[in-house]
Amino acid sequence: MSADFLYGIEVIINGLMAGVLYALVALGFVLIFKASGIFNYAQGVMALFAALTLVGVMEGQVPFSHVINAVFGTEIHHFGWEVPALLAIFVTLLVMILFAWLVQQLVFRHLVGQEPIILFMATIGLAYFLEGVGDLMWGSEIKTLALGLPQGGSLVVEDWTAGLGGDDFYGFFIDKLDMVATLVAIVLVAGLIGFAQYTKQGRAMRAVADDHQAALSVGISLNFIWVLVWSLAGLVALVAGVMWGAKSGVQFSLSLIALKALPVLMLGGFTSIPGAIVGGLIIGVGEKLFEYMIGPMVGGATENWFAYVLALLFLVFRPQGLFGEKIIERV
Amino acid sequence: MTTKKLMTASVVALMAATPVMADLVFPSLSYRTGPFAAGGIAFADGYADYFTLLNERDGGIGGVMASVPECETAYNAEKGVECYEATKAEGALVYQPLATSITYQLIPKVEVDGIPLHTMGYGRTSAKNGEVFRHTFNYPVNYWDGASAGVNHFLDLNDGSLEGRKITLLHFNGAYGKEPIPTLEALSEKHGFELSTIAIDYPGQEQKSQWLQIRRERPDYILFWGWGVMNQVAVQEAANIGYPMENFMGIWWSGSENDVLPAGAAADGYKALAFHEMGSDFPVFDDIQTYVVDAGKAAGAGDQIGSVLYNRGLYAAFLAAEAAADAQEATGEPEITAAMMRDAMESLEITAQDMEDAGIPGFGPVFSVTCQNHGGDGLASVAQWDATAQEWSLISDFFPSDGEVVNALIKADSEAFAAENDITPSCD
Repeated sequence: MSADFLYGIEVIINGLMAGVLYALVALGFVLIFKASGIFNYAQGVMALFAALTLVGVMEGQVPFSHVINAVFGTEIHHFGWEVPALLAIFVTLLVMILFAWLVQQLVFRHLVGQEPIILFMATIGLAYFLEGVGDLMWGSEIKTLALGLPQGGSLVVEDWTAGLGGDDFYGFFIDKLDMVATLVAIVLVAGLIGFAQYTKQGRAMRAVADDHQAALSVGISLNFIWVLVWSLAGLVALVAGVMWGAKSGVQFSLSLIALKALPVLMLGGFTSIPGAIVGGLIIGVGEKLFEYMIGPMVGGATENWFAYVLALLFLVFRPQGLFGEKIIERV
Repeated sequence: MTTKKLMTASVVALMAATPVMADLVFPSLSYRTGPFAAGGIAFADGYADYFTLLNERDGGIGGVMASVPECETAYNAEKGVECYEATKAEGALVYQPLATSITYQLIPKVEVDGIPLHTMGYGRTSAKNGEVFRHTFNYPVNYWDGASAGVNHFLDLNDGSLEGRKITLLHFNGAYGKEPIPTLEALSEKHGFELSTIAIDYPGQEQKSQWLQIRRERPDYILFWGWGVMNQVAVQEAANIGYPMENFMGIWWSGSENDVLPAGAAADGYKALAFHEMGSDFPVFDDIQTYVVDAGKAAGAGDQIGSVLYNRGLYAAFLAAEAAADAQEATGEPEITAAMMRDAMESLEITAQDMEDAGIPGFGPVFSVTCQNHGGDGLASVAQWDATAQEWSLISDFFPSDGEVVNALIKADSEAFAAENDITPSCD
């Protein structure tokens, strides 16, 4: 096989794995939109906040230490202990559940029945507020996420495939972190689908997603379900924050990963978990292949805009996205 | 009118008549929030702490206290311009816009307002030509010097010949990242190396395509123009594909602790260009600890001292303070104006003795500024990251860029700018 062909396959494999990472971000948007009709602009910031909290808890950092020190003239920064990763993840999840409860109690409970644009604007405010709180709570410096996740290309895969092409082919490069992210995403999606299908709360969640007034009439607590949904979005945000943060360190740019989710949502639909996954994979492969084949002819750096072009092309044929619900309004 | 009222009126009149010693104002257009905050905080702290040190230890500059009003730009051009407009009336002596995008917005404004702009190691490279850019200064070094210094370093590693070698410029896909391309193209022709450019879109969290391309093309060396999260991801991805770190070199904005720490041990050996020293092993830091940090007057938490970007902020403040002192000396006026500051910057000479006196011996290159040359002598150095010791250190002296190539490009670009904007180049 020619080296170019094999490198094309390598690009597709890496595109699929990048797509999984995009889908991880998109999933959080889908969960909240499906259950409450809110397009959560704050999802990227939630990923940042979750990752900041995880690192802060692991390192035994005192939350709001800069504020405390500035107000009281103290010099405290750390508790002096380190928390094991699993326990820190558990604590972070509790924080995200508390955040979900607070968001529901303080913001969205008071906005029930408002226009979608009002709810969207509220999430914009929430995003900036949460970013500021994250800054005050944990500081602005770049933090290293020491979860022990594997990094670097898989030498096994590289050696095993090196003989497939000629001297110009160096074997497939597959990032071990991407492989872990793929496995985690599979487990996460399976868990979410299982939760939605086979648990009482999951079924209630689906009922609210279908028709929240009908769900309310049969005794389902909308308040509880919305807290549950925001908590699940918090869990997804934590996973996304960990996977992206492992690449770049945990820092405020992490909130920008939301930009990567938008074309995925346009393509996959705002209401479908499988749509987020398939959309992510299509965007990942599409943008990487385009960059590989066409990029060098047009100066490169095509991925950001091509993802949107690809999504728009799909929208021409399916305005509701690949897996979105078709909206039919009869006069 | 009672005696009490008369006395009060007399005191008020006396106060109004007595000249009040105004501060020397050095606005800091900082960015302590947003995606680039990690870099902005350290610079802003270093800039402010140095002036605080001068105030606390020396009673200011020439007996006049320095003030550093800070305005948050979030590394955003619009906010940067707002900050400039909001602070210029306070008697600003010099601006450090800290972003190439803000620099481009401010260049025409400072010409009108008569306030000097100092873009140290960033901004518009051809502003080095002071006959065209009368109020913009970019000493001691600029991006084209950086590109040339990088190539010079590779030349040193290859016994003076890069014939047949491949160098890739990996860069931010914007004005800043594209700045070195003309220089590298000229140097490629001169030295016979093959140049390829690979762009990364903002913010640069996903660079798989770029690094797969590098893995396929196997360049001998990579020069990197990145900023923010782009840096951390690039260093990690280079490690992922097993690219030799000692052949991977960033510009000075891609060479701080922030950029290498997330990759851990894998970042060991990564290089970056530099125009000032690293670390805190200089007398000035002892004074900062005593007079600023221990006195509770530090701009930040005091935890950035000695970091690369803190040192850069401190160095910028040192250069501004030296120019202000020169202006006072030249005019005999302790309270200088922006025009006097500009004139002093245009005749600035930084000697080894100046740095020694300031407690930073050998901290930066020795250089001088003239009307024709607002950019200094283009001396740069190479720093390398030691992941075990977790510190950057310079591995070369400050060495010159290829003036023949760089100055010709600066001349051509600045003259084109002058023609477009109807400017008659002049030193008058």
